[in-house]
Amino acid sequence: MIRLEINGRTVETDVDPCVRLLDFLREDLGLIGTKEGCGKGECGACTVLLDGDAVDACLVLLGQCEGAAVTTIEGLGDGAHPLQKSMASLGAVQCGFCTPGLVLAAHALLTRCPEPSTEEVRRAVEGNLCRCTGYVKVEAAIFEAAREMSE
Amino acid sequence: MSVIGSRVVRKDAVEKVTGRARFASDLFLPGMLRVKVVRSPHPRARITGIDVSGALEVPGVVVALTAADIPGRNCIPVVYEDLLLLAHDEVRFHGEPGAVVGADTEAAAEEGARRVEVRYEALTPVLDPLEAMEDGSPCIYGDDNLFKRWNIRQGDVDEAMTGADLVVENTYRTPYQEHAYLEPQGMLANPTPEGGMELSGSMQCPFYVREGVAVVLGLPLASVRVVQAATGGGFGGKEDVPSIVAGQAALVAVATGRPARLIYTRDEDILSMSKRHPAVIESKYGFSSEGKLVAADVRYVLDSGAYSTLSPVVAWRGTVHSVGPYRCPNVRVETLAVATNKVPCGAYRGFGSPQVLFAAESQMDEAAHRLGLDPLEIRRRNALADGDTTPTGQRLKAEVGLPEAMDKAALSVEWTRRFEPPEDKTGPRRYGLGFSVVHYGVCLGAGGKSLDRAGALVQLMYDGSAIFAVGTTEMGQGMQTVLSQVVAEELGIPYESVKPVASDTHMVPDSGPTVASRTTVMSGNAVREAAAPIRLALLETAGSLLDVDPETVTLADGTATAPDGRTVAYERVLARCFEEKRHLASSGWFQSPPTSWNEDTGEGEAYITYAFAANAVEVEVDLETGVVEVLAIHAAHDVGKAINPMGVEGQIEGGSAQGLGYALMEELLYEDGRMLNNQFSTYLIPTSRDVPPIHALIVEHPAEVGPYGAKGFAEQPLMGIAPAVANAVFNATGVRMRELPITPERMWAGLKEK
Repeated sequence: MIRLEINGRTVETDVDPCVRLLDFLREDLGLIGTKEGCGKGECGACTVLLDGDAVDACLVLLGQCEGAAVTTIEGLGDGAHPLQKSMASLGAVQCGFCTPGLVLAAHALLTRCPEPSTEEVRRAVEGNLCRCTGYVKVEAAIFEAAREMSE
Repeated sequence: MSVIGSRVVRKDAVEKVTGRARFASDLFLPGMLRVKVVRSPHPRARITGIDVSGALEVPGVVVALTAADIPGRNCIPVVYEDLLLLAHDEVRFHGEPGAVVGADTEAAAEEGARRVEVRYEALTPVLDPLEAMEDGSPCIYGDDNLFKRWNIRQGDVDEAMTGADLVVENTYRTPYQEHAYLEPQGMLANPTPEGGMELSGSMQCPFYVREGVAVVLGLPLASVRVVQAATGGGFGGKEDVPSIVAGQAALVAVATGRPARLIYTRDEDILSMSKRHPAVIESKYGFSSEGKLVAADVRYVLDSGAYSTLSPVVAWRGTVHSVGPYRCPNVRVETLAVATNKVPCGAYRGFGSPQVLFAAESQMDEAAHRLGLDPLEIRRRNALADGDTTPTGQRLKAEVGLPEAMDKAALSVEWTRRFEPPEDKTGPRRYGLGFSVVHYGVCLGAGGKSLDRAGALVQLMYDGSAIFAVGTTEMGQGMQTVLSQVVAEELGIPYESVKPVASDTHMVPDSGPTVASRTTVMSGNAVREAAAPIRLALLETAGSLLDVDPETVTLADGTATAPDGRTVAYERVLARCFEEKRHLASSGWFQSPPTSWNEDTGEGEAYITYAFAANAVEVEVDLETGVVEVLAIHAAHDVGKAINPMGVEGQIEGGSAQGLGYALMEELLYEDGRMLNNQFSTYLIPTSRDVPPIHALIVEHPAEVGPYGAKGFAEQPLMGIAPAVANAVFNATGVRMRELPITPERMWAGLKEK
């Protein structure tokens, strides 16, 4: 039996602890917002927060999450989070496949560093590949959210 | 015209930032099987036998199928019909599919695929396109390994070259480029009770998928329904090849009577799906002493891979664009799409033009240097303007935004103040400025034959909300948003009241592919036409309620207004429409104006209109390490009319970043016919730390054919970046890089050779 917290709710499960956290979220819990882009920790599409840190859910096994708090994109709510609002309103979303991972990587950054520099923003999301936007509006959206969150 | 030209938020933004959007891998059905594909480890081999019995022993495996199990034809039709769904007698590239396995779980399907035994007898592969054309090369297609040849023969090239004051002659090489859409290929096939097949998944072209599955299963088109799921990027990489993925899933579904879902791993996606063609371009240009381009002689060879797929039409677009956006009276172009035992290449943003434009724009730059001209000045002396004739003999309408785009990019980078020739530079880190100009033939043009048409449905509800459906697709580029703006404008309702319907082959007639930057023009016009009768009904009803001539009524934001300022709310107008049983739904159809092409001379009205762009790129080159750092990109694009400027900027920024990858880092490597680096850790694309500031500059020279003057343009941002970078590198170092990508190793070697 593994016990962990997912998006603020306690989950107890006897799913094989060797299952990837990514598959547990998607297939057992139906939390489809976490995306698989490569399965090797190379693209960042499956980024979730594990005790506040951005991790690739394809590289984490369920058994490693015992007692941990996991936040997925579904845990950020229905679109009203400042990062979600700024990503939408500033045009930082195109195909949307990398978006949940980008939002969570940016969330981890802004939690530990509310007023990041450009270099800090770029470093925070360098593990999140995006092929559509060229990251220009993504960066702008992260700064916009940082402003709103610090108010 | 309030909503046209405004920065509205994407229709699908909220579902995407919340993770609710449903992509292929998010589709689950009860009893759904998972599918895996067995692939060739050889570039070329005879198949002497396939034994699936080992796979069937794996617990959870339900079915293992080969070409012999295909109920229809073993063929995915593209331009020709040489592409197979599953190899049967011979494999022709590393990664070619030979069998499919359906199982209850991914793990069982994977294990089953491993247990399928294919016996091969290795054959000598054809790996180099130039060697493939030599006498004595093994033949893998026809009797000359040639999929297609295109020509342009205008004027007298030999005479003009003899009379030229300067001749610039060089060979250029460009690499494969992988699309690297973040969502891998994926498809769900669901058999219907009456014997048909429904498919849902990641794709650009639902009607291609429908045709492919109908051929493979031997079903009429009406028995195959294709609905697009949310699609995580395409860039051309989901044009033809999703038909293969769909065929593989459908084969398992039809054999088992169960839904079957196939999601490609990243490795097999890069290994087996289409790519930008590597190319060799031999280019000889003649100039007058004033820098006028008097003759161009180009031989363009595309390494097309093992099957023809889209190569014939990729080669055509490349041919038309091969001299760049310049006047040139004497042109000889020979384009050859050559078969090799490697991954079949196809559509990728720019579609055969980025390779040859890299050569063209490098040639212009070299000529400028040798003539002592400013690179911007030589372009000004040759660039196409209103009323000019293109190298294919097409006279341009007054729709050419190229001169303005050049001015805007030059102004943004402060070209006149900052440009210095390479001889004047010193120090270990050298700053350089590079320029490029490109044009893009909008829609399919004469190469698209009958495909350039599009349909639409629009329906207005009694509460003032509206839905619309089109046959083209949303893959991230913003189609749903732009077309929603069109519906809102035409019906006079708020943008928020418009809801797009997922693209569905049972809803809208075959609207051709979502390619060639054609959607805003084609579907935009179709949507306008569909909305027109509804708009007329609203005007007539509002006119009668306001007691004025319907033609004098304005509709906007849910209110009808008479010339004297009196208004009537849509609630009343719609209530009256429904009382009178008005038909507030309609379909629209748009077909391309005529285009032409002479196969012998390459003369023709190739495209209905052209978009244009000018790029100015700033670099810094480290002479000790060979590292090229791009400091900024200034990209000015003539888009006709920016229906959504935020979307236009997004296309410029994203396309420029892909162009940057093409220029500096993206390179797919083969060794002895085997692909070496089919992963994101070895095939590198730009990350957030690689992309410099991109100044997206919008130029609007309206096109008569486009809705509100809009041109399609979203491929164009990629096309001119690589030559602008190479030209900036030359400006910084005096070294001309004629092979992409300009990796530190290549740059360093170039600096040593100097």
